[in-house]
Amino acid sequence: MSTGGTGQDGANTPGAGAPSAEARADIHGQGKGLVQLITPSGERVSHPEFDPWVQDVTDEQLCSLFEDMTVVRRIDVEATALQRQGELALWPPLLGQEAAQVGSGRSLRADDFVFSSYRENGVAYCRGVDLTDIIRVWRGNASSGWDPYSINMATPQIIIGAQTLHATGYAMGIQNDGADSAAVTYFGDGATSEGDVNEAMVFAASFQVPVVFFCTNNHWAISEPVRLQSHIQLADRAAGFGIPSLRVDGNDVLAVMAATRVALDRARRGGGPTFIEAVSYRMGPHTTADDPTRYRDANELEDWAAKDPISRVEALLDRKGLLTAALKQQVKDRADAVAREMRTGCTTMPEPQPLDVFKHVYSTPNSWLDRQQDHYTRYLASFGDPAEAVSEEGAR
Amino acid sequence: MTQMTFARAINAGLRKSLENDPKVILLGEDIGALGGVFRITDGLQKDFGKHRVVDTPLAESAIVGTAVGLAYRGYRPVVEIQFDGFIYPAFDQIVSQVAKLHYRTRGAVKMPITIRVPFGGGIGSPEHHSESPEAYFTHTSGLRVVTVSNPQDAHTVIQQAISCDDPVLYFEPKRRYHDKGEVDESVDPNSAVPMDRASVLTEGADLTLVAYGPLVKTARDAALAAADEGISIEVIDLRSLAPVDYDTVVASVRKTGRLVVTHEAGQSGGIGAEVAASITERCFYYLEAAPVRVTGFDIPYPYSKLEMHHLPGLDRILDGVDRALGRPNSLSGLEG
Repeated sequence: MSTGGTGQDGANTPGAGAPSAEARADIHGQGKGLVQLITPSGERVSHPEFDPWVQDVTDEQLCSLFEDMTVVRRIDVEATALQRQGELALWPPLLGQEAAQVGSGRSLRADDFVFSSYRENGVAYCRGVDLTDIIRVWRGNASSGWDPYSINMATPQIIIGAQTLHATGYAMGIQNDGADSAAVTYFGDGATSEGDVNEAMVFAASFQVPVVFFCTNNHWAISEPVRLQSHIQLADRAAGFGIPSLRVDGNDVLAVMAATRVALDRARRGGGPTFIEAVSYRMGPHTTADDPTRYRDANELEDWAAKDPISRVEALLDRKGLLTAALKQQVKDRADAVAREMRTGCTTMPEPQPLDVFKHVYSTPNSWLDRQQDHYTRYLASFGDPAEAVSEEGAR
Repeated sequence: MTQMTFARAINAGLRKSLENDPKVILLGEDIGALGGVFRITDGLQKDFGKHRVVDTPLAESAIVGTAVGLAYRGYRPVVEIQFDGFIYPAFDQIVSQVAKLHYRTRGAVKMPITIRVPFGGGIGSPEHHSESPEAYFTHTSGLRVVTVSNPQDAHTVIQQAISCDDPVLYFEPKRRYHDKGEVDESVDPNSAVPMDRASVLTEGADLTLVAYGPLVKTARDAALAAADEGISIEVIDLRSLAPVDYDTVVASVRKTGRLVVTHEAGQSGGIGAEVAASITERCFYYLEAAPVRVTGFDIPYPYSKLEMHHLPGLDRILDGVDRALGRPNSLSGLEG
């Protein structure tokens, strides 16, 4: 990657308008560049400031994180296959971003609330989403998959960056309620160019609300590289808003977990917002409609494949003697089961009914819409079999 | 009953909503210590605190976007857009988020957000301070759009808007803020006429004149002037622009056979076009003449020395009445 002048792993020096000394002291790793706890070859490296935040992660939990990431990758691969087979209209792959999503997702409490983009299906998995709900939208059967309150995660946002304001507003509510939960918003490197993300950071800093800005820098906004979005490291942007930031290896599940815990802890203690830049890479296309070979170098992909988030944990587990045949089988079985469940849920999903188009536009009656629904009901009824009307219309 | 200005009536309505529901929260630029540039929120921060009446940084998209998050959390945000022309930076949050989240989530998430917009001209302001952007929002499903034309409605409808589970754009005619009227503060908004009903202000036999917001007063004045010439005009205050209460307008036009619609906003794609088309569909055989629109021109809002040419006044409305009645008028002799 090239992010211009400062370089990828250069010193993360706060510039003008940087957080106060207290705020800096409160943020571990400030000024120390990319935080990494597991190297790409699977070596656990010590980091005096961040180690304490993950010292409670047991071997069993490490195995569990490995399983989560493997399952999330399988969900992604299966959904991509479903799209290729014509079962889904579109799918936004997260291949390569499993550590960023699982590491952060597994750091959240049930009463935290997530506002994400459309790519955080791994986070949704960690929140306990119904597997069929993940693909409901992409099959075209609904505008959203799940009830946000069932897993405390808003339905994915397609307008780039709009959700960062929703998270900030939600965090204002948390603050008003005197609660100790947090709002977490996920967005990509491209979103940092949007006005809404910048306005969200202004509001979050002004009101010092408990929100975590989790930016997954996957290096590409469709075909536009991150260097087109920013001449400085994305994490450094936060300083201009008075928001402390962390820059972590987004392919390192432990580093992501540590950073998210730091930010959440800060939010819960009334310390205000934190910006996390998780440096990762989108291994696949932006969506299944995209062709990355038109805009990016194969060598780049190869470089990042060597930093794969799952293989490094696998190597770590192997070094620790934990990568047993039993574990491998267990993880495979789980991934198979999840994939099967999602595929079955996809192919057996009930078709929506014609009059469903009128449902939930308003929560109270609207005379215009009631009239249009009444007229369309009569129109459908004139066919005897409403399915006939739909197929005729669809044929044109 | 108390005599109060339009502005005071909205203030009193906001106060009641703040008192009655702890989840009501006001957000906007300068609405705290200053009480808003029009003083609509005067004294509310002092009485309800900075967490209920929130002075925000200057960012319209954020004002509306954070209201979305607050609504997710169970609050009922009331946001103030300082001037009509400043609503455009918030357009995306209003039409893509506020309007659609209930539909998108299949009813799971409610967006009981009220967006207050001082709108319209006639006060000699510079650019961006006198616009009538209501049609942008009536075109967006999921939003309700209301206007008020008198202090009593201003007081009652703001409370109805806040308690409505749908998002409501509440357009306030800023040139009427200082007009006084009788307000019965004891009116229960739940039993008052719902905000989506039009009201027949004066009954008449010869022509239906539809207006809303700032032009309701002008329309009533026009009806009085016409009465001097023996023309009986039924004046309807539309009140709700989305949905429009067509039943009330239809009943009137079936009686009078003629329709004039007036508004400050430009003509093309405006509310007048919508009302004229819908009434033509529903009342074609009752109409004695084509519906007539008397509106602002399709121009950027002009500088203040010329704004009175753009804004429909009493005489332009009466000229439109003459056109609908087939009487001599400024366009007599023109075809098409």
